[in-house]
Amino acid sequence: MDWTALGLSLRLAGWTVVFLLPVAVIAGRMLAYRRFRAKGLVEALVMLPLVLPPTVFGFYLLVAFGGNSPVGDLWQRLFGDQLVFSFQGLVLASVIFNLPFAIQPAQRGFEAVPLEVREAAATCGMSPARSLWRVELPLAWPGVMTAMVLTFAHTLGEFGIVLMVGGSIPGETKTIAIAIYDRVQAFDMQGAASMSAVLVGISLVTIALTYWLSARVGKRLG
Amino acid sequence: MIPFPSRRAVGAALVAGLIAVMPMQAAAQRDAPVIAAASDLQFAITEVAQAFTAETGQAVRLSFGSTGNFARQIREGAPFGVFMAADEAFIADLHADGFTRDAGDLYALGRIVIMVPEGSALAPDADLDALERMLTAGEIARFAIANPEHAPYGMRAREALISRGLWDDLQPVMVLGENVSQAAQFALSGNAAGGIIAYSLALAPQVAARGTYALIPEDWHAPLRQRMALLKGAGPTAEAFYAYMQTPEARAIMAGYGFDLPGDG
Repeated sequence: MDWTALGLSLRLAGWTVVFLLPVAVIAGRMLAYRRFRAKGLVEALVMLPLVLPPTVFGFYLLVAFGGNSPVGDLWQRLFGDQLVFSFQGLVLASVIFNLPFAIQPAQRGFEAVPLEVREAAATCGMSPARSLWRVELPLAWPGVMTAMVLTFAHTLGEFGIVLMVGGSIPGETKTIAIAIYDRVQAFDMQGAASMSAVLVGISLVTIALTYWLSARVGKRLG
Repeated sequence: MIPFPSRRAVGAALVAGLIAVMPMQAAAQRDAPVIAAASDLQFAITEVAQAFTAETGQAVRLSFGSTGNFARQIREGAPFGVFMAADEAFIADLHADGFTRDAGDLYALGRIVIMVPEGSALAPDADLDALERMLTAGEIARFAIANPEHAPYGMRAREALISRGLWDDLQPVMVLGENVSQAAQFALSGNAAGGIIAYSLALAPQVAARGTYALIPEDWHAPLRQRMALLKGAGPTAEAFYAYMQTPEARAIMAGYGFDLPGDG
């Protein structure tokens, strides 16, 4: 059992959730309520990582953020660190790749908030921010929670991108999924088996949690 | 109805707590340099690294993969301290483009073997006669080598098979590992008749227990001249490990994994 790799994966998943929580709330709410011309395009772009092979995404990340690219060069000058082959790079990749998992369920959650309730909040003189915090989030939070749980679990399982931009550095970019791959290549079936079992357990809990939460999306305040 | 935490403080405290326990990087690990080692070194360098740490108290982090992939990652800025390639041509290219500190040192000469899993109908023989016979009879379902596009052990396997005249006939049943250790995994999984892998892997206890092997004649392929080099960003621990590779202790471990050592004559 590679505890360093498991810890790294949990940290990666945690940071991804931290960065995506505000994005999911703001973007999910906007997509749920607003009507604008490019909405279909925006929704398609958000969903793109869902169907895009991780290797394609990893390839573009390498090209865009590698040491020879302007972005990679700027990052290096600002933080004195590489973006690819670093934990920060994985967090960035993971945030982008999890956009559909974070935004989609949050959007469903906000869509379940009835228009009358939002109008009533506005009529009572609530600012949009206050309405979000006191009225909409209490109703939409199962959707937002589902988004975060899915994001967390999906990050733990991500493999293709990490393989492309990670470099399998212990404690830095060697996630649990990569560690399993490495253990199999090292003929350590025991190690691969125990780590796989841990991931199966986490995934089962996640799915159960997601179902439990989604059953509550759309339930009204009594 | 599920209660929603009405107090802002609860959420803020949760987020703050989460961030507090999740540093962006584990500080202790940052000091240990990463040794990017070709996959044929999977077991040998793990043992060398243990001996190095036991003797010096300094830790290194090991990353295994195909030499070609590591060379590409180094060009993209991978923060490795030492690159231990399975083929010196990759070191020469990196050196020419200014990625390594110097031309590096030859640290081992590798060999390839044909290895078959326990219970395979294929007999491992150095001349590959049994392979040819079974191939002609259509009795080989799968045969594994490392990807010759970027893995030196795959390149040498291809050269050996070409010089033996079996390369074209093997195409329909060939499976390619991403590196030589995955090729070994494929070859010995029980789903293939066998494969051509590194001698150093065949000698490792974890692998040796799974099958039998025969050394392929050296003159069937270009030599596997394995060279290592310090990369531009290497620190003192990486330098110490590099120097340790040339000590009698490390050389003895390498010899135990079937490597011929430079300077032994």
